[in-house]
Amino acid sequence: MWLKDSSIGRKLVMSLSGLFLVLFLLFHGCMNLALVFSEKAYNTICSLLGANWYAIIGSLVIALFVLIHFCYAFYLTIQNLRARGNDRYAMTARQEGVQWASKNMLVLGICVIGFLVLHLANFWFKMQFAELTGIETSAFDPQDGAGLVKFMFAGNGAWSIVLCLLYLVWLAALWLHLSHGVWSALQTLGWSSLIWLKRIQVIGLILATLAVLPFVIVVVYYLGMGVGMM
Amino acid sequence: MDSYINIKVRVWRQAGPKAQGHFETYELKHIFQGASFLEMMDILNEQLIAERKDPIAFDHDCREGICGMCSMYVDGHPHGPDSAITTCQLHMRHFHDGQTITVEPWRSRAFPVIKDLMVDRQAYDKIMQAGGFISVNTGGVPDANAIAIPKPVADEAMDAASCIGCGACAAACKNGSAMLFVSAKVSQLALLPQGKIEAAKRAKAMIAKMDELGFGNCTNTGACAAECPKSVSLANIARLNREFICAKLKD
Ligand code: HEM
Ligand code: SF4
Ligand code: FES
Repeated sequence: MWLKDSSIGRKLVMSLSGLFLVLFLLFHGCMNLALVFSEKAYNTICSLLGANWYAIIGSLVIALFVLIHFCYAFYLTIQNLRARGNDRYAMTARQEGVQWASKNMLVLGICVIGFLVLHLANFWFKMQFAELTGIETSAFDPQDGAGLVKFMFAGNGAWSIVLCLLYLVWLAALWLHLSHGVWSALQTLGWSSLIWLKRIQVIGLILATLAVLPFVIVVVYYLGMGVGMM
Repeated sequence: MDSYINIKVRVWRQAGPKAQGHFETYELKHIFQGASFLEMMDILNEQLIAERKDPIAFDHDCREGICGMCSMYVDGHPHGPDSAITTCQLHMRHFHDGQTITVEPWRSRAFPVIKDLMVDRQAYDKIMQAGGFISVNTGGVPDANAIAIPKPVADEAMDAASCIGCGACAAACKNGSAMLFVSAKVSQLALLPQGKIEAAKRAKAMIAKMDELGFGNCTNTGACAAECPKSVSLANIARLNREFICAKLKD
């Protein structure tokens, strides 16, 4: 299978799975923005995306893509380390125009997945999972997503502040991952030329920012509220 | 103004492909800054021969930036700290009095060390043999202007063709990827009508060879293009991706 056995095929899988996840982030981020404007609107969205068949299929597809992206990331990185050989350079220098993020995609990706586990435990487990199984996983009604978010990020005293700061670190790692990832994915798809190279790099930065900014806004909004409540 | 400098050169010495290598530091006095880097290496070798020591093995040929034989990783950069030049075009005016200069061979699994600073770059030749050509019948030479080619296209093909196959791209790449080289060789033909006919077959054959030889997967970090002595563009890699993906989808 060329998607597994050829280097460009492997890159293509990386690129498509990554771009799919970016689409998901854009979607997820927009829904979260509702929190800032109206908790009621957010809870309506939550009820639409709770234990319905389409939300479950959606979640499964997303999980599948994360898994594919994750496995390929390790597969690629191990092969690349091997291609490099056992002898390292005694002296290395930074090249101009080479992003730091581009050389640390695996590390950034691992940061992202690490926080993702925390995130799922904090929210998904208490919302979609609780709704699906009927098991009581928190003091909150699974339907009251906004209440849960507010408690976690603002109503839990010093813990809320710590959680907000952790989320900001997470979002920074994600942004760095995407600041290289998006344009790299487009380049892998072959969408580049002497003129478009610069353009897709800018498009990549814009998309990365659009994908991460809504989350930052929500966290900062609750951080402000939490500090105010202290 | 160029003047005379005293330097230390820290060089990778390795007796053979299987031998354990190590760094050796040599002192050089009174080196003219107008000298080329390879001339400095020649002076160092004469000094070593006078001391009855083994001279340092390094590759070189044209010494004017066109053959691609010279290699050397100088102070963390393939072809040294200056941009868009080969090692043979590097001059001692980039270094100052008292400086220690570190010189290493290309390090990449597909380029094993033969001796000291000399590495085996036949992997690139093998990729070329797999498809880096066009098939033509011998006989009467067709008129070059019989097929009109737009100037921008001809220019882009020419820029890709400026690749001298030196291997700096794979040497600089943290993934040990040869994509810049392969993409230049695919592009110089794929852009032109004569090369288009076999473009799909060529991309597939060259990539298959590249993967077989153990080069890594490109993650578009761009270190290759930043270090390439001929400034071959990353845009070529996108063209190679395009050619390859389209060819595979058609299969
Ligand atoms: C599960 C944890 C993750 C790991 C271990 C990981 C790892 C990686 C690695 C190593 C690459 C470089 C591969 C390459 O450039 O070819 C990469 C690329 C990429 N990643 Fe991730 N990543 C993770 C999560 C994510 C997430 C959540 C997103 C999106 C929201 C994402 C989006 C991308 C994109 C768009 C690329 C570019 C693909 C390309 O260069 O062709 N990654 N990832
Ligand atoms: S692409 Fe540049 S660095 Fe790579 S082999 Fe050709 S000339 Fe050398
Ligand atoms: S010796 Fe020919 S390019 Fe340097």
